[in-house]
Amino acid sequence: MAEEKKLFKVTIDNITIEVEPGTTILNAARMIGGDVAPPAMCYYSKLKGSGGKCRTCLVEVAQGSTADPRPMPKLVASCRTNVMDGMVVKNITSERVLDARNGVVEFLLINHPLDCPICDQAGECHLQDLSYEHGKAGTRYEFQRRTFEKHDLGPYIQLHMTRCILCYRCVYVADQVTNKRVHGVLDRGDHAEIATYIEKALDNDFIGNVIDVCPVGALTDKTFRFKNRVWFLKPVDAHRDCPKCAGKVTLWYRGDEVFRVTGRKDQWGEVHDWICNECRFEKKKTSDWVIEGPTRVSRHSVISANHYVNVAKPEEKLPQIMGRPPKITLNIHDISDVNKPEIHLSELPGPAHSDDFNK
Amino acid sequence: MQTLTNRAKPVDRRPMTLAERLYVVNIFKGMMITLRHMFKKKATIQYPEQQRPFSPVFRGLHVLNRDEQGRERCTACGLCAVACPAEAITMEAAERKPGEEHLYREEKYAAKYEINMLRCIFCGLCEEACPKDAIYLSETFARSNYKREGLIYKKQDLLIPHPIEQPEEYRKALGNRAKQKQSAN
Repeated sequence: MAEEKKLFKVTIDNITIEVEPGTTILNAARMIGGDVAPPAMCYYSKLKGSGGKCRTCLVEVAQGSTADPRPMPKLVASCRTNVMDGMVVKNITSERVLDARNGVVEFLLINHPLDCPICDQAGECHLQDLSYEHGKAGTRYEFQRRTFEKHDLGPYIQLHMTRCILCYRCVYVADQVTNKRVHGVLDRGDHAEIATYIEKALDNDFIGNVIDVCPVGALTDKTFRFKNRVWFLKPVDAHRDCPKCAGKVTLWYRGDEVFRVTGRKDQWGEVHDWICNECRFEKKKTSDWVIEGPTRVSRHSVISANHYVNVAKPEEKLPQIMGRPPKITLNIHDISDVNKPEIHLSELPGPAHSDDFNK
Repeated sequence: MQTLTNRAKPVDRRPMTLAERLYVVNIFKGMMITLRHMFKKKATIQYPEQQRPFSPVFRGLHVLNRDEQGRERCTACGLCAVACPAEAITMEAAERKPGEEHLYREEKYAAKYEINMLRCIFCGLCEEACPKDAIYLSETFARSNYKREGLIYKKQDLLIPHPIEQPEEYRKALGNRAKQKQSAN
């Protein structure tokens, strides 16, 4: 080794780690991992310039550096503050931070509608997780929540502006991943909204990634709309030879139907690779993909509910004794109306309607 | 040996006396107990004519609720199905079309909703999970059936009667407990 690189020693919640200069506190905390990492609603490590908007990642700096050990007077946004040598940071060990974070969550929820039962993001929504940990059960807000005129963003992406928390991630995706941005944040303050200036469909090849980066249910997949809840689907890693993108995706199955395709997400909810619209919206057949195996889902996620991995099935003794498989007297699919084999929900371009079931 | 409780009594193993061996006193004691029960209030009731009141925590057959305008409350959020330990509930959601606002309360609704009564254990977790007050366990039993096919309850079997079109049936289906709940709110 030619030259020893100078590493900064930083202590976060009494855990010391050495990181390279220029690392943010948030990224240093993510290197430690676990509960130490502050939650982030707007910061996205793969998008340049993201962060600093939602304030959920606020931390307390108890000691600025070895050279200047004074604490920082206010809580700082950890996604935008770089570490210094000898810095001491308090995240979950600080009462002030937890209190401030509760306040931030309350602010984020002021205008957020309580429509999780309808929202397709429920179950993988970062705001849902955040408010579950930090939020209050009730609201102190007594006024009308903001409402917007509905904008149509084309056949693939469904916009619910009332759910938006203005994190700007989708704007950065359009800037950095696609070659032309047609949507953005219009107006100011309470009227600020994600929209295209003149009704325009988002049709860039990579624009589907805004669905993956959206931390709430503001931008959702129209081809998956209302088809099923995410926790009833089985995520499976798969890839295909795509000329436009890496082609590494997660397929969400019900039975042997692919209900939706998303990018693969890491433990911070960020996608590994951007995927193109063709992979995301057009390729909804198992034959399009090479299956790698079931996605590892954190067992704290509701998506892991009723998904059993490494099941050791007991040996069936009855067929051995009888010499033939037992006669099945009741096949549930003969009676049940749900999951009819002749109705393929995954082939519908949009949400199912009342006439789709009465074939 | 150490006793588990302090109520254990040692068995009296002394040989019986002549008076005891005649059993007259003991038989008389036993007959008195029988006689006393003849004058007591009877525990049995004549079931179809008489019915016992349900306990306030009784969990019977599921009912899918409607709101005061008769629209279905269920939005097919799937929380009842994921809460169900017996995996008895299945559903399929659909989007409400323009013109169906009088049928469904929210923009998404359950196009199909089924409870497999063969699997259901009547634990009431679906009622607790429901964010929309759409499902509750009523004060009736699940009807018996000669065939298992009849115990797969579809949405039409579970829906409460329309409160405006059939107010009499609606009130009957609502039961006492739901009324208590409404007056508490």
